[in-house]
Amino acid sequence: MPTDARQPGLASLLEAALPKVVVAPSFAAMLVFIYGFILWTLYISMTKSTFLPTYDFVGLAQYIKLWRIERWWVACRNLLVYGGLFIFFCTVLGLMLAIFLDQKIRIEGALRTIYLYPLALSFVVTGTAWKWLLNPGLGIERLVREMGWSSFTFDWLVTSEMSIYCVVIAAVWQSTGFVMAMFLAGLRGIDDAIIKAAQVDGAGLTRIYWKIIIPSLRPVFFSAFIILTHIAIKSFDLVVVLTRGGPGYSSDLPATFMYAYAFTRGRLAMGAASAMMMFAMVMAIIVPYLYSELRRKRDA
Amino acid sequence: MPDAIRRSRSETAGRILIYGTLVLFAVYFLVPLFVMVITSVKNMDEIRTGTLIALPQQPTLEPWLKAWGYATIGVTNEGIRGFFWNSIRMVIPAVLFSTLIGAVNGYVLSKWRFRGSDTFFAMLLLGCFIPFQVVLLPMARTLGFLGLSESIWGLVLVHTVYGLAFTTLFFRNYYVAVPSELVNAARIDGAGFFRIFWKIMLPVSTPIFMVTIIWQTTQIWNDFLFGVCFSTGETQPVTVALNNLVNTSSSVKEYNVDMAAAIIAALPTLFVYFVAGKYFVRGLTAGAVKG
Repeated sequence: MPTDARQPGLASLLEAALPKVVVAPSFAAMLVFIYGFILWTLYISMTKSTFLPTYDFVGLAQYIKLWRIERWWVACRNLLVYGGLFIFFCTVLGLMLAIFLDQKIRIEGALRTIYLYPLALSFVVTGTAWKWLLNPGLGIERLVREMGWSSFTFDWLVTSEMSIYCVVIAAVWQSTGFVMAMFLAGLRGIDDAIIKAAQVDGAGLTRIYWKIIIPSLRPVFFSAFIILTHIAIKSFDLVVVLTRGGPGYSSDLPATFMYAYAFTRGRLAMGAASAMMMFAMVMAIIVPYLYSELRRKRDA
Repeated sequence: MPDAIRRSRSETAGRILIYGTLVLFAVYFLVPLFVMVITSVKNMDEIRTGTLIALPQQPTLEPWLKAWGYATIGVTNEGIRGFFWNSIRMVIPAVLFSTLIGAVNGYVLSKWRFRGSDTFFAMLLLGCFIPFQVVLLPMARTLGFLGLSESIWGLVLVHTVYGLAFTTLFFRNYYVAVPSELVNAARIDGAGFFRIFWKIMLPVSTPIFMVTIIWQTTQIWNDFLFGVCFSTGETQPVTVALNNLVNTSSSVKEYNVDMAAAIIAALPTLFVYFVAGKYFVRGLTAGAVKG
């Protein structure tokens, strides 16, 4: 502690208080802009606000209404489908690429640079690129037809039942490299001695990976899962650019639902209620994660 | 002997499989970029008659000039140029403020801890994870109240505030590793709060400044949610303008102009990535949580 008992003057008092004074504005900003605003949103979600916030309390009425809206169910179902596939493919492909890259590959640096560059792009740019590739008139469908398979159809982007899978394709393309980087860091952290010992015992490489290395990456799987879930729940830009939630609202996600209700349809209270539901989803994942992370650090 | 030969043969097959898969994925990651670039230098006739991966027969820079200078976006016919500058005018102050404040916060939370500082840090950490949808409506009201709605400075404020959790986390975790003995020795010598920061912490901080600045620049440049909610017309950042260009339902779709505009919007962050990739990846794994 910086308190200095020998010179109790105004200057030293000030000096002692300085660290607190310096973080005070950030602390205040955090209280207002994060915690205060969450409570504010909670309050709006319990009113009848339409285009402008009104503060007449109606309790949980908006939440009950929200879960009766077919579009919200579509958004939540899409989140399950999209989130599930997104997490699955990113994890499997990311792990595979990391293991392969870890085999003393000569061009590793170049390959890593290529795998990771999509992460520097905005989802808006990714969406624009894939909107063009997946467009049925001139995109991949046309390419395959020109190559001779004239009955080939690939019109997911404009098909209600399939449009959410287009979002999966683009999102996996963007985020796989990231998961690869996490697994690669994990692999590099494993002690070579363990592998050598297993080899001496006559275990094959595939067996060593299945039985020893992949299980020891469990914390990385856990972190990747949390991060990917978090990305999935917050996904917004990609859907807006790629499908605009369409056709109709068939590829809506909670984030685009919230935007539509709060900002374009003038149903503030309903938008706030959906935002609170998203908040609850994220917290359900994050709080146990942070708790276990902090506990692990304390134990270490 | 035959056993060894068989093993080395299967090892060679394994190597081929591994290299083949790795290269295949490299192609998969590169193809969209490749298609964007060649599409952006084709004219519309070639786009209509050729395929995605056909090389341009008569390369033209016209789509780039149009995207930059005179494509119709919203109600203006001045291309993406103005929006690009909006993003620059938004990113520079927002990165500067959030990084500097984060550095001082991180310094306090690691070297000048006080009662409650750990609680503050834990609360801030949670702030890294909130879905921003949960603050949009109050923020819109607050910006209106401050007279900052639909202005670049409003976006600077929003990005600074919501970037703080992350920059503080970065600096705090970095400064924790700086030996406290150094700081304590300086304190005994009578050095004050800012003097220690200036003389001891800052000289070793270059890497973390790089990581934080790159992370914040990429995040803020690529943001879409705050841009689309808190700006209109002439104050929109480039990502919002790109979406408006791509998703206008009017007349004929000019894919070449869309692609040129998308590449222009991506150039600054791609440049940062290729120049300072090392720091970029480090920030990614340190700040992975933000997504």
